[in-house]
Amino acid sequence: MDSGNGSEDGTPWGRGDGQGDDDDNNRDWGLKDIPNDVEVLKRVWRNEKSAPEILAYESLLVERVQEQIANMEENILAAAESLDDMMLSIFEMDVNRLMFLLRAYLRVRLSKIDKFALHVMRTADLWDRLSPQEQEYASKFVDVLSKHMHDSVLGKLEKEYESMMKQAASSEENDMIVEPNLDTYVFCRSKTALGTFQLDDKGDETVDMMPNDLYILRYRPVRNLIETDRIELV
Amino acid sequence: MAGQGASEPALFTELEVEFMAEDESINIVPNVRMDTLNMICGDYGPFRPQIPVTVPLWLGIAMKKRSKCRIQPPDWMSVERLSEVLEMEREAPREFQPLPFHYVEIAKLLLDNAREDFENNYMVQSLLEDIKDVRWDKVEKGLKNLSGRTHAVKLKNISAMEVNRMRTFTVRALQSFFKHDNDDMMKQTPTDSDSQSTPSSSDRLPRRTLRPR
Repeated sequence: MDSGNGSEDGTPWGRGDGQGDDDDNNRDWGLKDIPNDVEVLKRVWRNEKSAPEILAYESLLVERVQEQIANMEENILAAAESLDDMMLSIFEMDVNRLMFLLRAYLRVRLSKIDKFALHVMRTADLWDRLSPQEQEYASKFVDVLSKHMHDSVLGKLEKEYESMMKQAASSEENDMIVEPNLDTYVFCRSKTALGTFQLDDKGDETVDMMPNDLYILRYRPVRNLIETDRIELV
Repeated sequence: MAGQGASEPALFTELEVEFMAEDESINIVPNVRMDTLNMICGDYGPFRPQIPVTVPLWLGIAMKKRSKCRIQPPDWMSVERLSEVLEMEREAPREFQPLPFHYVEIAKLLLDNAREDFENNYMVQSLLEDIKDVRWDKVEKGLKNLSGRTHAVKLKNISAMEVNRMRTFTVRALQSFFKHDNDDMMKQTPTDSDSQSTPSSSDRLPRRTLRPR
């Protein structure tokens, strides 16, 4: 038991959990460097930030991280008296860094929801990637947006131009909905050799991904590799 | 161009890149006694005076700021190693020398916060500046090789800061190439120069690299 820290009751400064049950996040990452949740969240955040579309919400990870933050804050509070200044501030920095990561992750998702709300709401597959809270946020956001658009502009136009989705009633598609550009390019790397990977339908374009080297690739052909955690975005 | 929100490439701020670098490992020599720190990011310590111990950079700097330790300069930051790297960077115009992915940020954090722990800190800094310049020059030259036929770029040993700095331009260029390339394909009207440059699939490079060989 690693009590240390001068606290007599042996405050459990451990991770609480998270060590054993994050198998899902460790696919293909090798056993010798099983990342802790901080590393996992950092990767998830970088992926989210670099990917053009919104990725699946990491609900289990976020739950674990929130729990660890809460535990740690509780522990700090309980042991504050017995810790010297420096240790206290180190423990606080540890928590603050994780909170920063968590906020950054949630925030970059919100900004994507803002940008692509209409598209996300109308695409079941994307809608399912949101957390319940994000879904609520997106619905409200679209309500407010459409009310605003209607009140300020659209409501004053001819019926034909009233829709927020279309330029005109005659448009065949919903050509006013902003969608992410999946044919953008991303910087990515893999920890393991992925072998030859096909980048187009015809097989003219392939890439031989070597471990730890960085590649710039078109997002669309590699999006599944991100989903399955075989590459990470940088 | 800023209006094309949908295709705006994501960019990390300098502070965000630095934040990531702060998790890299560094060896310190504590001058205090302190038990093992069991933190969310991992367990570090125990700390004993004069016994080197490996910690994340942010922790090392936090202790350094309170004069509780000395930083052991990483091997790659010695004048000898950096001089070697610089020389090799200059000799091999088509490749990057291996340095830590966050070498720029690590060096900045260390030189800002633990300058006195480096002998020749002035020399170290100036070598690093030179290395940065030589490498960036290579990045710029490499970017000239981008073309409509570029579908993959391999960047061996490129660093985080370099990625971040080249990202916007590179991604926009590749996006445009891809877009126009596909427009062409739809129209099925290969121009003369097109048919010359893409005679057959076997002639297409499997990948374009910033250091084509």
